[in-house]
This record gives sequence, structure tokens and C-alpha cells, in this order.
Amino acid sequence: MINPDAKLVQNIFDEKNLQKPTRDGFGTGTVEAGTENPDVFVLCADLSESTRAEWFQKEFPERFIEMGIAEQNMAATAAGFALAGKVPFMASYAAFSPGRNYEQIRTTIALNKQHVVVCGMHAGVSVGPDGATHQMLEDIGLMRMLPGMVVIAPSDAEEARKAVVAAAKVTTPIYIRFGRSPTPLFTTVETPFEIGKALLLWDSENFSEDTSLGNQPHISILTTGSMAYQALAATRALDAEGIKSLVLSVPTIKPLDTKAILSAAKRTGKVITIEEHNVLGGFGSAVAEFLSETYPVQITRLGTQDVFGQSGTPEELLEHYGLSAARIADAVRKIVQ
Amino acid sequence: MAVTDAEILKLEEKAEAIRETIIEMLVAAGSGHTAGPLGMADIFAAFYFHILKHDPKNPDWEDRDRLILSNGHIVPVRYAAMAHAGYFPVEECVTLRKFGSRLQGHPERVRLPGLETTSGPLGEGLSQGNGIAYVWKTQQMQEGNGAASPRRVYVLMGDGEQDEGNVWEAVMWAGKHKLHNLTAVIDRNNIQIDGMTEDVMPLESLRAKYEAFNWHVIEVDGHNIRQCIEAVEEAKAIYEKPTLILAHTIPGKGVPEIEFDYRWHGKPPTAEEGKAFLKDIRTMKGKLPHEYA
Repeated sequence: MINPDAKLVQNIFDEKNLQKPTRDGFGTGTVEAGTENPDVFVLCADLSESTRAEWFQKEFPERFIEMGIAEQNMAATAAGFALAGKVPFMASYAAFSPGRNYEQIRTTIALNKQHVVVCGMHAGVSVGPDGATHQMLEDIGLMRMLPGMVVIAPSDAEEARKAVVAAAKVTTPIYIRFGRSPTPLFTTVETPFEIGKALLLWDSENFSEDTSLGNQPHISILTTGSMAYQALAATRALDAEGIKSLVLSVPTIKPLDTKAILSAAKRTGKVITIEEHNVLGGFGSAVAEFLSETYPVQITRLGTQDVFGQSGTPEELLEHYGLSAARIADAVRKIVQ
Repeated sequence: MAVTDAEILKLEEKAEAIRETIIEMLVAAGSGHTAGPLGMADIFAAFYFHILKHDPKNPDWEDRDRLILSNGHIVPVRYAAMAHAGYFPVEECVTLRKFGSRLQGHPERVRLPGLETTSGPLGEGLSQGNGIAYVWKTQQMQEGNGAASPRRVYVLMGDGEQDEGNVWEAVMWAGKHKLHNLTAVIDRNNIQIDGMTEDVMPLESLRAKYEAFNWHVIEVDGHNIRQCIEAVEEAKAIYEKPTLILAHTIPGKGVPEIEFDYRWHGKPPTAEEGKAFLKDIRTMKGKLPHEYA
């Protein structure tokens, strides 16, 4: 059943529920952060409409900085804004930022310990028709390797808003990844969010870590980003077949909520990770690195399998790369049975 | 306010002291860049002992000018200038590039107060200086022009560094925003690691290029301290444009054996060479007696 403490939307599987892209959360979140803090700036590399930076621009034109198509300059200039005491958010597509300007981010933001919020839009294959050049599948890996960098992939537009507001208040360099396509809005204003904390969405059994209390789920489904909803949809089908699971949404990939992940692994033994990212170096890798050193269990990583994306509809692509609810359910059946 | 001859003489003595320290620290380190730091010693003396509004005992002073060294590989000249200015003991200079030292091979802001930023990978300093200058300029516009002596941003770059695309993104951006409170200096010494700049990747005309991007350009002899100071004063008087000071320098300046030789871009002198070089610097190529020569 759905975790009541997660305060998710009612009738979560109703197809008429609202859908929004997580990038909308960047738009609403920066306006909120900019209202709270006059030092918040948004820098954008000629993509203000599609990144939703224009929502901030409309409210605070004097704090919106148009950088032109120059992501390298944007990263190092953002570091300059931070050096001058401001809180800069920088927005472009993840393929270009951190894709193109990785070294500027490494030197002038990460090594330089500057509180810049790097915002990578259009991450994952669900970008759709634009194809492989614009479907960033390596950004989590790139960014989580940088010492001191916080990495977040929000699960829906509401959580994205909370992540953006929270990002304005930390002091570390931070990366947030957003998607282009609308995905179900399944969390609410009341849903808890804290950087570094995972959120239990579903537990087929009793929500208890005390194994003496009875049955434990067969598998832990660990997700990051908007894969959380796909996993929930898969879980519903699996539950009806008698395959019991728990779903842990892990928006913060770094620092990883090791406590929650360890607890889940101890309860279920088997673990499956799901991300719209290359399985090499991403969220699944982070989970595998942690569990293999502390509590080795069987781990399966769903994601793109060391390949680039391609053109198609988001639905076709998620299906093709094994990330739709149906394909996730197939993968879980294979592991559990 | 015109700078007096006596003041210039003092600055020249500081430049000589900086050059001596550079040689000593490079010999001790056993690696590092020689030609660039020696070539920029006069300009660093001018900055740290005349131009900059700063306080070596309070490196985080909010109202200080910011000096961004974009071509971080010439940082020995900055360390030497900072030490002589009183940021830290001159004796610490010989820890350059050693394990545990605050004087990293390329400058790291978080390790040594006063460095302003972390640099080494080329092409990124101007962007950071732009960010600071933009924030200050807009703040000043909002608060009115009442501030008596507004803070200024100085960005030092290499000429080989101009190969980097990021530089031109930043040059364009500074021109767009008319960052008159920012002055960039290019160390035009004509060498880079693989040879002469005009062979590796022709840069000229740098003046025409910067002017085309809406910059004010001043060319100076980078070893004429008076010219350098006057150029900075001129830059302060220019509104509506950022200023570039194109400083023509001699790589390895002060040591005749290595002057103009690109092979000295990226290597340090041996102990024996260091001794000879120090003699050159201290005696003005043998023209003067010197008690330690």
C-alpha cells in the first residue's frame, strides 16, 4: 500500500491526474527562492522558455542574466556571482551543462567551493524527438564524481520546486536534474522533502523493519527522478500477482540516504534500481557501491545499458529502454520468480 | 595623482625582490614555470605595491579590489608579490609545490587567503571577474554613485590563453554589459608551451579583436612600471567600456640567458642555473655590484 506518511495525491493511479514536467518546478521554485532571498539570480544560456527560467525573468528581470549560447562562460560567470556573495542558479540543457562546461564546473565551482546551483534540463531519454544529442544520460555520473557536489533528481514537479527552494539555502555546489516531458504529479505540498533523504512510497507488507513481525517484501525498488511513478505503477500490478515490494524514491543521489537504503536491503534482500540514465556511473552504481561494501545483496540496475538514446515519443523510448511500468514489472518478475 | 620617480624606483626594487624570490622558489620546487612569472614581475610589483586597494593583514576585507589571476601557472610571481606585500612570510615561498603547502602548483582559493579564486585551467578568469564586476556595477547603479572609491576588478591573462573559446565568450559578455569597473591585462610575451604564439595559433591583431568586442585597449611596455600605472589610471577614467591593457613583456625578463626563449615557459632552473640567474637579477646583468651576488 501507499505510505500514508508520504502524503501523496489521492487516487494516485487515476489517469486524469495532473501531469507536469519537472522543469516547471525549476520555474516555480526559483520564483519562490527569489522572493525569499534578494541575492538569488538566474543565469540562462538562451533557453529561457524551455528551461522555465523566464518565469523568474518575468518576476525579477533585474536578477535574470541572459548569457547567450555560451555554457562555459555561464558556469565560470556564475562562480563570479557566487564569489561576489550572490546565489546563482544556472540553467541550460544537461547535455550542454554539465555536458559541455564540465571543466568550468569542476574548477571554478566545485574545487573553488562556490554555492552555484547547476540546473540541467531535458535529462534522460524522455526528451523524446530531439534524439541522442539532447538526451543526457551521463550527468549524474559526471556530477556525483565531483568532491563536495550535491546531486538531486526530483521525482515530480512539486518535489522539484522543493529541491530548488532548498538548494538556495545550502552552501555547497549543487546539481539538480530536470526532465522535459510531463510526468504525473503524485506528491503534494505536504510530502516531506529534505536534501539527502529518501522517501518510502510503497510497502506491500507492514512498513516495519522488525522482521519478527511477519512477512517482508520480496524486493526493494529504488528509484531516482520521475522513475518513482513508473515504479509505483509497476508495483500495483505486481502486488495483485502476489509479488510484494517496497518502493523507495531517492531524489538525492549524493549524499545518498544510506540509512534508508540499508534498511530496505536488510528487509528484502533483493534490490532493483531504476533511473533514466546510463547504468554506468549513475544512481544504480551509487547504490551498488554502497551496498557491496556494507551489505552485499543481489542488485539489478535498470537504466540505459551503456548506449545513447534516439528519437521517438517519450513513451516509446521508456518502453524501448526498459523503463516503462510494464517493463519494470517484467524485470521484477524475472528477479523474484 | 602622478607617481613620482622615487616611487617608481621603489617599485622597481620590489620587482627585483619578486624576481629573486621567484628563482629561489622554483629552484626549491624543482618544477614549475619560469619565463611567465619573471616577465610579469614588474606588473605584479605595480599592482601589489601601488595599484591595488587591499590589506595584506585582512585579505577578506570586503571593500578590497579583486585581482583574478586567470593563467594560474604563473602563480609563483603572485605568491612572491603577496609574500613581499606581507600576506605571509617570504620564507614560506620555498614550500611552493611541496606536499602540505598552501602554495599549490596552481592557485587554490580555499588554501591561501588572498588568492580570490582557483585557476590553472585556462580561459576561465575573465568570466569570474565579469560576474563580480557585474554584481558590483549593478549594485552601484542601484545605490547611486555615492561611493567615494568603488572597488575594481582586475583580471590577468596570458596571451596563449587567448586560444581558449571561453575567453571570447567572456570578452563578448563584458562588452555587452559595458563593465567599466573591470580591467583585463594580457601578458603579451609571444610564447606558449609549443612555441611562438603566432606559430601555434595566430592571435593578432589582439587590439582590433578586443576593440571589435567593444573594449577600450591600451598598449604598454610591461616592464615600464610608470606606463602600467598610467594605463590603469586611464582605465578608471573610461566609462561605458571595459579596458584591456595589452602589456608587451619579455618572457624571462631579468635573466638574459632565458629571455625570449619559449623553452623556458614550463621548466624551472636547476640549482646551478638558479645561482647564475640570481646573479643576473641582483647585479642588473653584471652592471652593478651586489653583496649577495
